Amino acid sequence: MTQYIIRRLLYSLPLLMGVNILTFVLFFVVNSPDDMARMQLGQKHVTVQAIANWKQQHGYDVPLLWNSDAQGEKKITDTIFYQKSVGLFLFRFGVSDSGRNIGADIKERAWPSLAVALPTLVVGLLVNICFALMMVLFRNSYLEHAGIVLCVILMSISSLFYIIGGQFFIGKVLRLVPISGYDDGMAAIKFLILPVLIGVFSGIGSGARWYRTLFLEEVEKDYVRTARAKGLSETQTLFQHVLPNAMIPILTGVVVVLPLLFMGSLIMESFFSIPGLGSYTIDAINSQDFAIVRAMVFLGSVLYVFGLLLTDISYTLVDPRVRLS
Amino acid sequence: MTLILMSSLLSRQLLYLLHPCRRMNTQTRKVRVSVLMMSVAFLAATFSCAAWASAQLNNPYSDDEGEQAVLYESFSERPKHMDPAVAYSSNEYAFISQIYEPPFQYHYLKRPYQVVPLTATRMPDVIYLNPKGEKVSNGANDSDIAFTDYMIEIQPGIRYQPHPALAKNAQGDYDYHQLNTSQIDAATSLYDFTATGSRELTAEDYVYQIKRLAHPKIQSPIAEIMKNYIVGFDDFSKQVKDKPKTAIRDLPITGATALSRYQYRIRIKGKYPQFIYWLAMPFFSPMPWEADVFYDQAGLADKNITLDWFPLGTGPYLMAENNPNRRMILLKNPLFHIETYPSEGESEDKQKGLLVDAGKQLPFIDKVVFMLEKETIPYWTKFLQGYYDASGIASDSFDQAIQFTGSGGVALTPTMLEKGIQLQTSVAVSSFYMGFNMLDATVGGATEQARKLRQAIAIAVDYEEYISIFTNGRGVAAQGVLPPGIYGFDDKTGINPYVYDNQDGKASAPAHAPYLRPVGKAQRKKIDAARELMTEAGYAGGIDPKTKEALILYFDTAAAGVDDRPRMNWYRKQFEKLGIKLVIRATDYNRFQEKMRTGNAQIFVWGWNADYPDPENFFFLLYGANSKVKHGGENAANYHNPEFDRLFEQMRNMDNSEQRYRIIQQMQEIVRRDAPWVFGYHPKNFSLFHGWYKNLKPNLMANNQLKYTRIDTAARAEKRQQWNEPVFWPLVLGSVVFVLMFIPAVNAYRRRVKETKL
Repeated sequence: MTQYIIRRLLYSLPLLMGVNILTFVLFFVVNSPDDMARMQLGQKHVTVQAIANWKQQHGYDVPLLWNSDAQGEKKITDTIFYQKSVGLFLFRFGVSDSGRNIGADIKERAWPSLAVALPTLVVGLLVNICFALMMVLFRNSYLEHAGIVLCVILMSISSLFYIIGGQFFIGKVLRLVPISGYDDGMAAIKFLILPVLIGVFSGIGSGARWYRTLFLEEVEKDYVRTARAKGLSETQTLFQHVLPNAMIPILTGVVVVLPLLFMGSLIMESFFSIPGLGSYTIDAINSQDFAIVRAMVFLGSVLYVFGLLLTDISYTLVDPRVRLS
Repeated sequence: MTLILMSSLLSRQLLYLLHPCRRMNTQTRKVRVSVLMMSVAFLAATFSCAAWASAQLNNPYSDDEGEQAVLYESFSERPKHMDPAVAYSSNEYAFISQIYEPPFQYHYLKRPYQVVPLTATRMPDVIYLNPKGEKVSNGANDSDIAFTDYMIEIQPGIRYQPHPALAKNAQGDYDYHQLNTSQIDAATSLYDFTATGSRELTAEDYVYQIKRLAHPKIQSPIAEIMKNYIVGFDDFSKQVKDKPKTAIRDLPITGATALSRYQYRIRIKGKYPQFIYWLAMPFFSPMPWEADVFYDQAGLADKNITLDWFPLGTGPYLMAENNPNRRMILLKNPLFHIETYPSEGESEDKQKGLLVDAGKQLPFIDKVVFMLEKETIPYWTKFLQGYYDASGIASDSFDQAIQFTGSGGVALTPTMLEKGIQLQTSVAVSSFYMGFNMLDATVGGATEQARKLRQAIAIAVDYEEYISIFTNGRGVAAQGVLPPGIYGFDDKTGINPYVYDNQDGKASAPAHAPYLRPVGKAQRKKIDAARELMTEAGYAGGIDPKTKEALILYFDTAAAGVDDRPRMNWYRKQFEKLGIKLVIRATDYNRFQEKMRTGNAQIFVWGWNADYPDPENFFFLLYGANSKVKHGGENAANYHNPEFDRLFEQMRNMDNSEQRYRIIQQMQEIVRRDAPWVFGYHPKNFSLFHGWYKNLKPNLMANNQLKYTRIDTAARAEKRQQWNEPVFWPLVLGSVVFVLMFIPAVNAYRRRVKETKL
């Protein structure tokens, strides 16, 4: 298993390098260092000299990928790509083009994102599983049909509607929670109730239907029939036999997204003024801040690779038949 | 009612459970226990609801205000810079103008805008010098003036806000100027450096800031402009190019010298009367050298402890929290010097209650909380709930807030009036226009044919309609280069005769949109007049004689999004009135900028927001030597008219006078005739304020208005309480319905279990 993990980690290096090159090329196809300077220097009184000065101060006054004027290894090292990429692999994200330390910003903003995403995931998981189990328990009854119709309706509604509707009804009409905002520590709870509630509610439709499918697949298997034949009640069968076996695909689906919870949700955080990472990348793209874009894409890739690795490991934990080698 | 029902249910269940004579099987007992527990939960919830009924559960602020006067505002975009040498955006000025103090400021109440001393004791002594450095009289010709000296004296006794950079120990050494690694490692924020100190503001601090403007590592956006004005600025910039920021303290700059502890001199090249406006901008605020020494220590920048994030000023407020991803907090500076509310203003100010606080010590607000609000819906709702004291008006809430009156004015809707909300409108000192690239072969050039084509387009593009459709009527159609409020703007006779007819009181605005223009004034010419001009230009019916087909023109824009399509279609329709086919060339922002720089754009829209309230700051946008293609300047239309340029050179250095006014009108006439721009509109700001917000007067040039603002906190607390009582009954009702819906499910489950058993 250790060997497997080391091998997977080594595999990820060229992958991350590829992502880095791709980000670099895509970014600089659209933006030149001059464009970036203009964007950072503002609209007024931007002269050629000011642009040259900005590029020099921020290390964008060297060629992009290949420095033909330099000698030896400097042909590669005296380039924007090399100088801006090496630190990434050591998780040194450097300073954004607007002068902020990116690593410090990410650390600060990741927690509020997690504060929304984690309860939404956990509560959502519980609610969806319960709802799906209920539908399975009452399968072939009017309750199941009503549940499916409800799920389809919930799935058909845009998440934006849930946000605006939830803010209107709970925040504005009932005045039970603040409509948006955030605070530190325990004071954050009152701000998290509404986004978590909306996050959970908007996910019920698709989540419950997906889990219902998984449970239905299990519920007709031989071991379940045996359990029933042995005299177990339907509830006991569902909770003691069906649920643990159906948890394998559920667990692997959840584990893969766990690391990405730090990355936040753009719309949710924007509407609820959560100071998370959700808008960090989009804002950086809009302001042509390459340093942040590069750091966030890299971090996203690392977390995704890490998530996939965790998934593989979790297989071995929940299914004794799987061995990593 | 619900409470009574639940109580009776609870008592019944208790009776069933506790009564020894009643026999129940296990199943029934389980169900009854569940019902009992649910009833208890409901009762607990209901009683809690009753307890919370008086609380404001939706209050987004956790901090207790206590006796403090706290102002709540919002911001939608993260300010990038807090360093006064770098900050140049309005969203940055909203903060730093409350913290830093340049020597001069705009008078809060007087109009037209007037520069008055802030930290200076009086207005500067302006001394003109010839090339030999000898003093010349004030009436001397501009050509005789080689330099101008601004002699500025500042008030003694002004102190900086408490700050770690200024903290000293008992021996008089700075506490934090030589931090060791462990101190830096332990710090996560500026506030981890607990000791603070202060010192008196000196003239040397103003000189130091001018040197900072020149340092290439600071990257001040006005460095390139100031090279043209401040003597020795460019040389100093080159001299310190490779030196650290802290090295500039001991190096002299020719154009700025401290003459004494409280007096300094700025020497500029030639005569530039508008320089006084620059001295009222945060760029020329004082900076103690200690700030750079402290912040430049290795390791602090990695923790985002920089001057760009934690300012150090003498102003009425200090930055107590800078988290632009969530909130920014300003606190009253405990060491703020004596400054009082103005006792003079415009004639009607007293009547409006704007002089009630005359002579009182500023500022009135103890704490200002700026919350990040990116979306308009929660922002608007919080304003209506009383959690923001002021608000702009987004398009989607415009009809909810504003209605147009029959006489052409605007008023608040009854709902807003009922809440005691106040409306403030003001025309911004900015212009949006449609520009023609004067280097273009079709629409550009000084030929009669091209001029008539441009004039025809100017008539056809109906900006009154644009204002009505796209800005909810929040704008004034422009008649020339200058917006209202700028010297030389004439709202009585200043009608653009090439686009409008002066109706002398006979015409009236369209009934469907009475706000479009003052009744009985300018009336846009009929489209037939534009078609006639097209014929005279050689494009009869919009047909290009070269191709025998409709004339094709190109509109270059960076507005490539879906939301921009209606606007682009509108432009297309305006040109269709003349038979012209307008092709929209939408690109990304970078490519658009490139087209503008290289002169490949044909028609475009552009805007300008005034740096200072002087006509020079608008007319320079059409000055030939500022052409974007040839000189990289701000003349995006690349307009060049020798007569206009001559008049501009004459006008720009003049003090306001009858002669200057006449020259301005001549320049207006030239550009109206040449039509390098279709004069678009001047945006009108609509702002809403709650009734408890006092001392409200729009001041579009000053950014330091917060110190004049006063809040009636008692009135706010009362209104908030009244507007935010929580409503619980739908929640209780919903829960009851949910429980009732659950009963058939429980029954079905029991039946199923029974069936399985059988």
